[in-house]
Amino acid sequence: MSYNLLTGLKHGFSFNLETYMKILVAVKRAIDYNVKARPKSDGSGVELANVKMSMNPFDEIAVEEAIRIQEAEATTETVAVSIGVKQCQETLRTAMAMGIDRGILVETEEETQPLAVAQALKAIVDKEEPDLVLLGKQAIDDDSNQVGQMLSALLGWSQGTFACGVELKGNSLVTVRREVDGGIQTLDLKMPAIITSDLRLNEPRYVKLPNIMKAKKKQLDTFTPDELGVDITSRIKVLKVSEPPVRDSGVKVEDVNQLIDKLRNEAKVI
Amino acid sequence: MAVLVLAEHNNSALGGATLNAVSAALEIGGDIDILVAGLDCSEVAKSASEIKGIRKVICADSSCYAHSLAEDLASLIVNMAGDYEHFLAAATTTGKNVMPRVAALLDAGQISDIISVLSSDTFTRPIYAGNIIATVQATDDKKVITVRTTGFDAASETGGTAVIEMIEAASESGLATFISEELTKSDRPELAAANIIVSGGRGMGSGENFSIIEALADKLGAAVGASRAAVDAGYVPNDYQVGQTGKVVAPDLYVAIGISGAIQHLAGMKDSKVIVAINKDEEAPIFGVADYGLVGDLFKEVPAMVEALDD
Ligand SMILES: Cc1cc2nc3c(=O)[nH]c(=O)nc-3n(C[C@H](O)[C@H](O)[C@H](O)COP(=O)(O)OP(=O)(O)OC[C@H]3O[C@@H](n4cnc5c(N)ncnc54)[C@H](O)[C@@H]3O)c2cc1C
Ligand SMILES: Nc1ncnc2c1ncn2[C@@H]1O[C@H](COP(=O)(O)O)[C@@H](O)[C@H]1O
Repeated sequence: MSYNLLTGLKHGFSFNLETYMKILVAVKRAIDYNVKARPKSDGSGVELANVKMSMNPFDEIAVEEAIRIQEAEATTETVAVSIGVKQCQETLRTAMAMGIDRGILVETEEETQPLAVAQALKAIVDKEEPDLVLLGKQAIDDDSNQVGQMLSALLGWSQGTFACGVELKGNSLVTVRREVDGGIQTLDLKMPAIITSDLRLNEPRYVKLPNIMKAKKKQLDTFTPDELGVDITSRIKVLKVSEPPVRDSGVKVEDVNQLIDKLRNEAKVI
Repeated sequence: MAVLVLAEHNNSALGGATLNAVSAALEIGGDIDILVAGLDCSEVAKSASEIKGIRKVICADSSCYAHSLAEDLASLIVNMAGDYEHFLAAATTTGKNVMPRVAALLDAGQISDIISVLSSDTFTRPIYAGNIIATVQATDDKKVITVRTTGFDAASETGGTAVIEMIEAASESGLATFISEELTKSDRPELAAANIIVSGGRGMGSGENFSIIEALADKLGAAVGASRAAVDAGYVPNDYQVGQTGKVVAPDLYVAIGISGAIQHLAGMKDSKVIVAINKDEEAPIFGVADYGLVGDLFKEVPAMVEALDD
């Protein structure tokens, strides 16, 4: 990552700039990536009681990116936003412990589907007027990969999805390298812009204990969707959830000759 | 009502994933049109018109569509939206980039990555890294959908004689500018289209060592894939990554070498017909999904396998 701001800033270089921007980061409280999700026995939903929850891994990457820009002294303020249950406060505190300045919770007990999340984020963007909004490319629970693109559409902004490199060029242009199916694509985006992070954008830092204490004192505001004038009714009905078909357990082979024999004569795939 | 399928292409050839999306459209039913938006893309439009079951191909040929930028493609699709109820694209990086933008502009929820069509508004899709299958119903008038290619067979590339209708470009947004593209070059089959895939993980130890995988892939006429760990370590390019957040594949044969089998990796390959795992750790979770497991050192076993395939 280089923050090639107008003056050619790199970490540790002195600079003077008019390039100060406000950054908003969207963070979702999601099932921890180490946990294997299971359906409830009646198939009505996913079993989340007593399951470890964490910040969605892609959002940690988005937070890290915001903080790196902040550490390059190119921001006026960084704000994290989460939409969901009261416990999302913990996710916001984690973002603040990593270094984000303050947090906003849009609190609701309802299921939050991507369009509703994008609408809530738009309401916050209208209030906060950031220059850049960073999100994860995908939430690892619903695996939708939609919110960043939807928010960008609702705002009429540019979008740089699946980002593996971000280079700020002043306050009006950002160059984004994107992980696409065939390799890497580079785009210039007009600011304000939406960027969604892919895995290789950066490696998020660990939170240090003293910073957790400090984060408790940072400002955290709460709104309801109603207060923001957002209707978060689900557009997509989940009729049921179930486990995928399980694979029959296979066999161990003794050596490569047996393996090749099985592939040729039993499975007939080579 | 009609279905619009967004064609995946590189301006000269139609991407194979389009055929899987067309199959999903055929299951939904109704008239099916394909949108080809690109620059100098008449060959693509011609190929699309030959797909079996298509009513017409709509072609927008303009420099603003040369690189499938989401901002411009979405406004083009939204301009045509009055004629359609369903909007489909393959769940490629292009489809994933464009379709949610279309959905939001149409004030509709999107259903990502469908793997089956139960009715014109009800679908199944994997969530939580494929550990759960959700049956979902779209309640909006407009239904915006991305199609997981492994869930649907490819539609027939021939037998169709659809008309090609040219349309004007929508006004250019000017929001994003294409700068460059570094595409991975390979003579091997594409991951998404390959019948056999050989993938390497962190166990490979280095990029150079991937030559062992390549030797096996060459013997089998296979594509080469990788785990996230192998991509993160810089052994291979990003577009090799198979998994929850990489490519989803379901070849006839998937050979996982030096890959532990994390849920995120399994999410991208566990629907393969036959899975082989080669790993020195007999407890590795990958053996839980492997039809044939070989416990051993890959640096010994894989070259031995290449040699044995010579016979
Ligand atoms: C948000 C998120 C998204 C992710 N998305 C993906 C994704 O899309 N795809 C993906 O693959 N991962 C993904 N991951 C990462 C995933 O959790 C695992 O970390 C990753 O798959 C591990 O890769 P690996 O199996 O190559 O490495 P490891 O888990 O380190 O396994 C290496 C294996 O090699 C074996 N080995 C070592 N040396 C030898 C030898 N000489 N001979 C034989 N065997 C040997 C070891 O026994 C071990 O089992 C994601 C993680 C997160 C948090
Ligand atoms: N409830 C939420 N609260 C805050 N951010 C969210 C929420 N849901 C999704 N996001 C953001 O949108 C990204 C993509 O999510 P999705 O489209 O659901 O896969 C996530 O990585 C988050 O950055």
